[in-house]
Amino acid sequence: MDTNIANSNLKSEDYFINMGPQHPATHGVLRLLLTIDGEIIKKVEPDLGYIHRSIEKMCERDSYQQIVHLTDRMDYLSSHINNEAVCLTVENALQLEVPERVKVIRTIIGELTRIASHCLWWGVMGMDVGALTTYFYGFRDREMINDIFEETCGARLTMNYNIPGGLMFDIHPNFVKRTKDFVAHFKTKIPEYDKLLTGNVIFQKRMKGVGILSKEDAISFGASGPVARGSGYSCDVRKYHSYSALDKVTFNEALKTEGDSLARYEVRIQEMWESLSIIEQLIDNIPEGEHKVATNAVIKLPKGEFYQKVETARGELGVFINSTGTKNPYRLKFRSPGFSNLSLLNHIAVGGKIGDLVASMATLDLVIPDIDR
Amino acid sequence: MILSINIVENNMLNMLLIAAIYLGIFSVAGLFLVLLERKVAAWFQLRLGPNRVGPWGLLQTMADALKLVSKELTGTVKADKFLYNLAPYFVIISSLMALAVFPFTQEFQAFDINIGIFFLIAISSIGVIGILLGGWASNNKFALIGAMRSGVQTISYELSVGLSLVTMVLLTGTLQLSEIIEVQKNGWLIVQGHIPAIIAFMIYMIAGTAETNRAPFDMVEAESELGAGFHTEYSGMKFAYFFLAEFINMFIIAAIAATVFFGGWLEPAWLTPLGIAEVFPAIGVFWFLGKTFALVFLMMWFRWTFPRLRVDQLLTLEWKYLLPLNLLNIVLMALIVWLGLTIQI
Repeated sequence: MDTNIANSNLKSEDYFINMGPQHPATHGVLRLLLTIDGEIIKKVEPDLGYIHRSIEKMCERDSYQQIVHLTDRMDYLSSHINNEAVCLTVENALQLEVPERVKVIRTIIGELTRIASHCLWWGVMGMDVGALTTYFYGFRDREMINDIFEETCGARLTMNYNIPGGLMFDIHPNFVKRTKDFVAHFKTKIPEYDKLLTGNVIFQKRMKGVGILSKEDAISFGASGPVARGSGYSCDVRKYHSYSALDKVTFNEALKTEGDSLARYEVRIQEMWESLSIIEQLIDNIPEGEHKVATNAVIKLPKGEFYQKVETARGELGVFINSTGTKNPYRLKFRSPGFSNLSLLNHIAVGGKIGDLVASMATLDLVIPDIDR
Repeated sequence: MILSINIVENNMLNMLLIAAIYLGIFSVAGLFLVLLERKVAAWFQLRLGPNRVGPWGLLQTMADALKLVSKELTGTVKADKFLYNLAPYFVIISSLMALAVFPFTQEFQAFDINIGIFFLIAISSIGVIGILLGGWASNNKFALIGAMRSGVQTISYELSVGLSLVTMVLLTGTLQLSEIIEVQKNGWLIVQGHIPAIIAFMIYMIAGTAETNRAPFDMVEAESELGAGFHTEYSGMKFAYFFLAEFINMFIIAAIAATVFFGGWLEPAWLTPLGIAEVFPAIGVFWFLGKTFALVFLMMWFRWTFPRLRVDQLLTLEWKYLLPLNLLNIVLMALIVWLGLTIQI
């Protein structure tokens, strides 16, 4: 197509389109400045800041218990894992050993959160490539997980279940049974997902060989999570820097080497299976004991720098605390997975069509409040 | 229900009356198609669908239409006002005109011309002009991309719609819709023409779905890519015209298929000995609408199951696969008719 235009006498000009901040494909308030030639993408510039709430600055004002609550509002689909990241950092800094029971419950709920997040991603992924029905199937299964959470901690989305030193309450008596019911239910539903979307010939054509990201680029862009693992970069924090009860379970890291949109899609489907297996290994063996250890009402971290990373549904979330020994951090920095993953959008979308851009963006699984904080 | 309509005897008043009846029936029928789509979508998606306005939500789309009528018509400042206002009428008029030639029963047909199939193909291609005008004149880049895609798509798939119907015309030897149904008294055409007829039917349904700009070929509005596509800047009743036209077009595509492949208002052959049609000819409306709605349901099934194709894949499908297959199919059908291999019941 390009050569035809170059050889003819017709003059063609690139033109500029504003995609967002209100656009169905950007899932929130992300603005993309597109330079396109007909249907072909020449350049994508993400423009951020529409939902910036200066969470990091607010953290400098708050006590460590309060900071946990702010992290819910970053990547709201992994709220439990975000909470856990801050709690782990504080506990490590205090050299506080939490009971085994807490570790196991944290891991189970973390994996349930990951499944819930992937369910929502799967529904939205289908919607972005035009199959609207997937959205409702994904939400049906996510709803069951939300109900389990609601029963145990009273919240469905922004959970605030973790506190430095343990958990806010013990689990609900129904928790184990309902989680087992969910695992049994969801094992029949993932094959249904595959039937509805994965195996569809149109879907395969849309995803295969589109938005290719090489392993080298994945590393140099700082990609993490399923995006990096779709390119063959083994980077699962749960494997390499195991935390909570993850060292007690065996699971495989979902890994694909193709690096295209389909690989990123399949990695997430595989991760749902792995999460189910982790839950199954732990759910019958929740140790008895306390659900928290007592901490001081005012937590003061020792002077120094502390860092902890966890694997959220989107990738590696890092929490860096610089403490001067007071009740507030001097500086708190979040390394959010979405920000790095968004940075490679231009790299994978250039040269494709508008439809490819939307499909590739869906496989990055962006949550805008996580990027903007 | 039995209206004896003969174009020759009609005076001006009669024609106006019939036109008014058709307009009334199909505007309302279009609204109920919208409701059906929403209900079907809900069934596919584990939902209940509209169920608050009227029993089973029957009046929901009526209420929606009333709301759209009462809404302010907004537009962009730099739009080409004349073309912008003209565009919806192209779309809605072309859809309504096509309805005139369908035989609902032996007697109930407004306009039985001897080039019925040709008329349908010609009229249905006027609609795209409205879409192109609307997208161009509203001075919005998303609308323009939608309109350009629409032009590319409709022009390509019209070939397949036309050629697959031509395949069937080889079998009938006539373009007149009432005669096409007469021919089928010896068995529906999809049976008479067996293999090439089934191929033609499948191509027709694919191309027909693309003609109506519905998923998986909804490149024109592609919600997740273009927002609303060519009708981004339309509001109120003008938007409703586009919306209604889409649904009437779906009805037309299904009605053509019912007439050309499945015997129109003819009852299934195993019911003929009962002689219901001779006593009560208006039953034909039931058979015609029954077949049409079965095909409409098929198109809704496509829409709520499949993902959307990409624009270049859409063109590849037409030009590299459907069109050559179609041409081969015509040769095959010609051979079968020439050798007398058709199945006559």
